Amino acid sequence: MESEVKLIDDQGKRLDGRKVDELRDIKIEAGVLHRADGSCYLEWGGNKVLVAVYGPREAVPRHTQNPLKAIVNAKYNMAAFSVEERKRPGPDRRSREISKVISEALEKVILIEQFPRASIDVAIEVLDAEAGTRVAGLTAAGVALADAGIPMKDIPVGCAAGKIAGQVVMDLGKEEDNQGEADLPIAISPRTDEILLLQMDGHLTLEEFEKAFDYAVKGCHIVSEIQKKAILDKYESVLEVE
Amino acid sequence: MENRERKIVIPSQILGDLISQQAGRGTFVENGKIISEKLGILNMKSNYVNVVPLKGRYDAVVGDFVIGIVQEALSSGWLVDINAPYPALLHVNEVPWDIEFGDTEKYLNHGDSIMAKVLQVDESKKLQITLNDRNLYKIKGGHIIDVEPSKVPRIIGKKASMIGLIKKYTRCRIFVGQNGRIWIDGDMEGIEKVLQAVYKIENEAVSFGLTNRIEELLKKDAKDVR
Amino acid sequence: MTIVPLIKRDYIYKLSEQGKRVDGRKFDEYRKIEIETNVISKAEGSAKVKIGNTQVLAGIKLDVGEPYPDSPESGVLTTAAELIPLASPDFESGPPQADAIELARVVDRGVRESEVVEVEKLCIEPGEKVWIVFIDLHILDYDGNLFDAASLAALGALFTTKIPVTRLLEEKDIDSWQKKLLELYSITGVNEVIKNKIQNMKEDFPLPLKEPPISCTSVKFNKVVVLDPSLDEEEIADARLTIATDKNGDIRAMQKGLSGSFTRDEVQKVIKVSVDNGRELREQLYKSIGKENV
Repeated sequence: MESEVKLIDDQGKRLDGRKVDELRDIKIEAGVLHRADGSCYLEWGGNKVLVAVYGPREAVPRHTQNPLKAIVNAKYNMAAFSVEERKRPGPDRRSREISKVISEALEKVILIEQFPRASIDVAIEVLDAEAGTRVAGLTAAGVALADAGIPMKDIPVGCAAGKIAGQVVMDLGKEEDNQGEADLPIAISPRTDEILLLQMDGHLTLEEFEKAFDYAVKGCHIVSEIQKKAILDKYESVLEVE
Repeated sequence: MENRERKIVIPSQILGDLISQQAGRGTFVENGKIISEKLGILNMKSNYVNVVPLKGRYDAVVGDFVIGIVQEALSSGWLVDINAPYPALLHVNEVPWDIEFGDTEKYLNHGDSIMAKVLQVDESKKLQITLNDRNLYKIKGGHIIDVEPSKVPRIIGKKASMIGLIKKYTRCRIFVGQNGRIWIDGDMEGIEKVLQAVYKIENEAVSFGLTNRIEELLKKDAKDVR
Repeated sequence: MTIVPLIKRDYIYKLSEQGKRVDGRKFDEYRKIEIETNVISKAEGSAKVKIGNTQVLAGIKLDVGEPYPDSPESGVLTTAAELIPLASPDFESGPPQADAIELARVVDRGVRESEVVEVEKLCIEPGEKVWIVFIDLHILDYDGNLFDAASLAALGALFTTKIPVTRLLEEKDIDSWQKKLLELYSITGVNEVIKNKIQNMKEDFPLPLKEPPISCTSVKFNKVVVLDPSLDEEEIADARLTIATDKNGDIRAMQKGLSGSFTRDEVQKVIKVSVDNGRELREQLYKSIGKENV
């Protein structure tokens, strides 16, 4: 696997011109679907993600119901055409794992005790993929949940950091994800900095980890502002002051 | 007196603290701070900080009048959809008819609509409704639509002013369930006018001067011939 | 499952007796249609179609593979549809149910039997290597009439597809394909523009396509038949009829769905409505793809 491509040049610029601590372009829109109770469309670099929330509604089948709280069913799915080599439709093991960690992250911030026996279904569709789809999906899910009127302690947000060419950077792009040395996606509750999702693969020294983690958290806070603005933009437009 | 300060708040937004205020609906408390748990409108009422939700399923409250759609006839009653996260149970004892065992289908079946009242909400959110009231019955004729439950107060208006306005100009009977379901009965033109007015309110619920705009819309169509 | 209150159904019936529909449309009128192409960067071709609030996204992926044994000199076309839980509270995740399969097969037939894609021009090495065209339909928002939205999306995507020649073919394969194409075109006649395109095959080589048939779907309820059913109308429909017609007004595909029936007379009326509206839809499709065909 040749990597004659220089991921970071001597001026500290990455392939797409970003600095080590810069995010790709992000665009978020709330309330974009008609049938869903809440929805969000998000673009993050080359990622395009669409999320719909249905619920709370009675959980089916009945044996999955929890008499004390709602269950959160996040389903992460990649469209067949979202990747360079067509992906067979249907969940694979990777999708199932990502669905699980996202469900668990969301469970922590949603006030699930308010809806015993119910389920909150979050459908996360990746339409166009370019590294960091799980944090993009979770971030969009946060907005869709707020849009659906689901009560939450906080709006969850995600961001990843990694290591390329020996340097720790924020928000890996496609080439960087393929050829990098470490990938650290996280999700937090931005109000309290509690960690809701944490995964890592690759190789990081303790020091590198601290730095990468800081970058990821910093990225989360920047994205959190974008989420909040997207929600307010959607609803404040109906507000006219005479 | 209308609260001119229509502030939209989102989950996690800090709205006040327990030192000077009290936590009302739609909020939770953490470290002495009152925080919004929902997307909604901030509403301060005599020291209570409340968030009135902008979106979301119907949150059943005992005593609410609702319009339900029968899902299934069971042996001991019926399962009714009231646009809440859960279906509601209408027990055979809660209807004004004398029903022989196993005859529930003869009275209400899948697709029937009823004007009911929320009877009970228990700790696990099991809902029960009743038809035992002179104002409650099986609905016939007219049309039914669904709107966001959060828009219901606006459609009814202060002291039923908005709904009164619509009834006046369209000569329709209108029943607005707290669960966001609305039943309209009248001639076809009247029903159409009601629909236009209601959808307009749904889209502009948060803005000011809405009552005037609705009145203009209703007046205008009164002269138009289709 | 969403239940339709009988009162609502009766209201829709009453309106129909006056020649009206709930959203004010005429019986043979489409909702607003929007077609957007090239919306997915990873796909070789893509299109998003909105009919009213219904939204369908189609993506085209290309690969090189073996042909089917009974058609060694023909490319392969395959269509899949996902009624993902995103699009409706009633869609479940899991393997495709009958509805999704029917949708995929109807769209597939509309494309395949009409020979929109000239599969004989997708042969690289007879018996060994051909282009495989994957059409994937992703339903995003279900508000009635998935058939027409999906068909239009598939066409919009096909007509803006760029074959990734240099990414997926080696030099010798490119040569082989070029030879085959020139051979085929010399039979049907080739103009300089096309010849040029073939000889200078680049990454943006378009799919060889012919004029497409357009699908129009109608439903029947209370003895009336309406075009482009909204969700309300589909929920109370007794029967459904999709008709694909080509630019000459000839019929290329038909599919009846649901358990009600049509009279012969009604079928003929639906055919006429489909031919008329098919024309308009075709124009709208061409406008959105900026029609420059090989």
